[in-house]
Amino acid sequence: MNANLEQIKQEIIAGAENLTSSKEVYEFKKKFLDGKTGKIGLLMKEMKNIPNDQKAEYGKGVNELKVWALEFLSGLDEKMKAKELQARYESEKIDISLPATKIAEGNLHPITLVRNEIIDIFSGMGFEIFEGPEIETDYYNFTALNTPQDHPARDMQDTFYLSPEFLLRTQTSAGQVHVMEKKQPPIKILSPGKVFRSDDDATHSPMFTQMEGLVVDKGITLCDLQGMLDEFVKQIYGEGTKTRLRPSYFPFTEPSVEVDCSCFECGGKGCKLCKGTGWIEILGAGVVNKKVLENCGIDSDVYSGFAFGIGIERTAMLKYGINNIKLLFESDIKVLNQLNDK
Amino acid sequence: MIAPLSWLKDYVDIDITPQELEEKLFSCGFEVEELYEVGKDISKVVVGHVLTCEPIPDTHLHVCQVDCGEHGQFQICCGADNVHAGGKFPTALVGATVYATAKDHKTVEGVMTIGKGKLRGYESFGMLCSGVELGVSEDMYPGAGYNGLLVLPDDAPIGADVKPILGLDDWIFDIAITANRPDCQSIVGIAREIAAVLEKPFKAPALDYTTDDVTIDNFKVTVDCPQLCPRYSAHYVHDVKIAESPAWMKRRLTLVGIGAISNVVDITNYILKELGQPMHAFDYTTLEGDAINVRRATEGEKIVTLDETELTLTTENMLICDGVKPVALAGVMGGLNSEIRDTTTTVLFESAKFARDNIRRTSRAVGKSSDSSARYAKGVDEYATVMALKRALHLIEELGCGKVSKLHVDVNTGNSVEPRELTVSIAKVNSVLGITVPNEDIIRIMTNLCFEPKVDGDTLTLQIPAYREDMEGYQDVAEEVIRMYGYDHITPTFMPTAQVTVGGENVVQKTELRLKKALCGVGAHECIHYSFFSPSDLDLLRLPEDATERHAIRIMNPISEELSLMRTTLAASMINAVVRNQKKGNLEGRLFEVAKKFIPKELPLVEYPDERQTLCVATFGTKEDFFTMKGIAEKVAEVLHVEFTYANTTNTFLHPFQTASISCNGEEIGYFGKLAYDIAEECDLRTPMYIMEIDLEVLSKYYGKKAMFTPLPKFPEEQRDLAIVVDKNITCGEIEETMKEACKYITNIKLFDIYEGAQIGVDKKSMAFTVLFTPKEEAFGAESVDGFVKKILKQMNKKFGAELRS
Repeated sequence: MNANLEQIKQEIIAGAENLTSSKEVYEFKKKFLDGKTGKIGLLMKEMKNIPNDQKAEYGKGVNELKVWALEFLSGLDEKMKAKELQARYESEKIDISLPATKIAEGNLHPITLVRNEIIDIFSGMGFEIFEGPEIETDYYNFTALNTPQDHPARDMQDTFYLSPEFLLRTQTSAGQVHVMEKKQPPIKILSPGKVFRSDDDATHSPMFTQMEGLVVDKGITLCDLQGMLDEFVKQIYGEGTKTRLRPSYFPFTEPSVEVDCSCFECGGKGCKLCKGTGWIEILGAGVVNKKVLENCGIDSDVYSGFAFGIGIERTAMLKYGINNIKLLFESDIKVLNQLNDK
Repeated sequence: MIAPLSWLKDYVDIDITPQELEEKLFSCGFEVEELYEVGKDISKVVVGHVLTCEPIPDTHLHVCQVDCGEHGQFQICCGADNVHAGGKFPTALVGATVYATAKDHKTVEGVMTIGKGKLRGYESFGMLCSGVELGVSEDMYPGAGYNGLLVLPDDAPIGADVKPILGLDDWIFDIAITANRPDCQSIVGIAREIAAVLEKPFKAPALDYTTDDVTIDNFKVTVDCPQLCPRYSAHYVHDVKIAESPAWMKRRLTLVGIGAISNVVDITNYILKELGQPMHAFDYTTLEGDAINVRRATEGEKIVTLDETELTLTTENMLICDGVKPVALAGVMGGLNSEIRDTTTTVLFESAKFARDNIRRTSRAVGKSSDSSARYAKGVDEYATVMALKRALHLIEELGCGKVSKLHVDVNTGNSVEPRELTVSIAKVNSVLGITVPNEDIIRIMTNLCFEPKVDGDTLTLQIPAYREDMEGYQDVAEEVIRMYGYDHITPTFMPTAQVTVGGENVVQKTELRLKKALCGVGAHECIHYSFFSPSDLDLLRLPEDATERHAIRIMNPISEELSLMRTTLAASMINAVVRNQKKGNLEGRLFEVAKKFIPKELPLVEYPDERQTLCVATFGTKEDFFTMKGIAEKVAEVLHVEFTYANTTNTFLHPFQTASISCNGEEIGYFGKLAYDIAEECDLRTPMYIMEIDLEVLSKYYGKKAMFTPLPKFPEEQRDLAIVVDKNITCGEIEETMKEACKYITNIKLFDIYEGAQIGVDKKSMAFTVLFTPKEEAFGAESVDGFVKKILKQMNKKFGAELRS
């Protein structure tokens, strides 16, 4: 009888030598340990044929064999599984230097990015955002802004006319008048939008984007304009950026100034970007001409204001190092892909 | 505005370097766009004295020994025919830079550096130069135009730099003049500013002359259109001798880019640049009727201008006529019939102010521009008009080329050329600036600007010269003060007197930004296209003649036909953007644009058109299909917290069976679909393209709608999978709609499989849905959901003959 058990044990030990996978271990285990069909299981069923006096010893022997087999084969299974896992990992070895899978996400247009950045800065200073119409009347675009029919300044910008009265606005300042007509001071508005001029070359596009700012309140001066612009350039170009005002001319402001900021590339020492001058022209501004206030029904004896106009394309081109304005309107995916603020 | 430094120095002492002057001009509002030395390309060229000059046998060359004073004595070979011993010539030393010329010795082909050379076995250490090689023309230096060596005067110091002798050490300022300062469109105008900023006296040009008793008795000037010609002055000059102008005048004209013609014509051009006043000289013998009449042209009237072209005019153009015929197109160009000739002996000078707008428009309309018309278009003041005529007469005397008669006629509309008084409050001036400029500085600055200031308490009284038409009030005075006082005196403040305001974007602006960001999230790049497009774009979209999109606003003066219509759809620009991408090899991608469509109420425009904010999305690539675009539409709905419904539709530029209209609460708001194959082929598209357009103007009423929390169901929900066999032409939408109608507890229906095959019969399809039932007031009983399903199936059977798939 013991010999039989020993034989089965040897059979298990010998058979285990040939097992190569956890699946084979499972089948092999079943062959011996399955309750109904397994060899050890069948030995248990033999119990009824065993004489009563030998039943206890027989049972003990079978049970010991079963316990041993279970432990032995489980150990084998574990080892086999560990080996198999390792093999699986090894089979999945990859070249981590292969190119990354791009997670497709689009970008906001650089003009939108710059626009949002400027809006954020001025929103914090209490400016409302107002967008006027792209198609304007001659009155709002010129006459109300102190540029009557015969004014020399009308030559400064080539205007697209749609009819004798209607035109494509040449400046977002046109929106100022709409606001001032409807609202009494205090006024603090920022008007972003598309503007149009008949100009087409590497630095000019017939359509471009401006951001006009206007403040009208009691006691507003040129000093306030510079104070606010100082804050603006610090926020957009970095702490330490300075502004410089120099005289210029716009019909709707008096005095009018061009505003330069110290070159953010070289810090004012002079480089290629600032053409060696240390300064970069960023916007036009000035104290609102009292005639403009009066045209809008605002008492120029009580109120004064300043206005400024920023070219968004120019700011975006400086910021992203773009040398041709046309790139911004061509929608080349290879270009758009590069220009993001993520 | 081109201004040579030497000419400016006639009217103001300039004792600073050209670069320092550039800085000064910049600080007071005159940006120098270009500053260069006349002889910027010429260096190391000195006065050489030819000691010996021996011909080289069998050539046209000579070998010379040239004394260059402190620089040494050199052997130089020279091919010019006027080289001779004893002569003084410009001598380029080894290492000098001069202009290289072509074989004709006239055409400049760049700058060259002189090296040691060897000609026919003779060594040569430099070069004797011609005028062309030094960039000096006959008009800049007499004799320089000779096709040989430029001959220097005998008293030229040997070894000295030739640049001062030839005027090559002069500097040219190209100055940008702002539109409010037409008075600075002249050498004298700039000099006045320089005098003010340098605090030096301004030396006015000489205007004196003496008249004789000659006159023409019945001569008269009439102006029929005083609003176009507020001042017309004429003066008669006799015993005129037409000749070349003196060297100094020719030289100056050359420096400012005007060719010398003859003394009388040169005087008018000289004054145009010096004083900024266009003038005209008529040969008086060609004028008939002893009269000048300024009037509008009649419709179709013709004139032949002195460049021998015949122009046909309208009543918008202004003519100068004699007693019989037109003799000049006012402000633009003289007539051929009255031009100054070599035989001219009597001259009528004209100095007039013409309305800038009229001259500008005439010049554009007839396609003819001149230095005069360009100047008039910027605005001329009557002060200069009066001054110019005096100056012309002075120059006639100075040049000795005629006698000044006493015949002078001045027709004007009563505008004074005397200074006018302007009174402002000093406090007001300072209130614009935000700083207090000391009174003595204000007085100093106003004095320098020739405003003759007087201060009485807060009152500043100024005498504004007639040429400063821009000076109107305290703001103008503030500007004058600060540009001379210095903008660096402005101290930044942060609106201490202003009220606090609430800033930021409104709900429309915020929502659009959220929408844009969501579209970026689905892999689309934002683009910006021009607001205008081409009539051919409408053809590309196959739009019929009567399509509303063709009712577009036209630009009257477009840059080109391609950019001549205001967009009535964003689709065409988007298709073009995809085409451009594919041409560059970008075969897949997603793009979107948010921009305005322009819908006119009436054409031509009589009121503001409807500017409709519109979203356009394009997807292209082999992986794109109808349903990815539908997914993007759903994303838009999700961002706005609204629901879209879709229906079959057609569109001239989309696939007839893959196009859907989009509606929101029953209102149609857009479309999407696959680009029609014939268009894709025409555009050489290599991968399929889908396009969507949504009217955001309609959707904007839902902006600001918040996502609201719906409490989770109190009772357990039940879910059933139903596979239904229906005819192929029944749509998923119809089935879902019918299900929802049949049972109010359905809260979600999700299609998860479509099967077509022999098993279920031809023309049939099986669609499998997961249907979610959500209890409302109480929990579902054991049988209730089965009951719902039965009711749904019955309803669907009735409507579509639908059967449960066995």
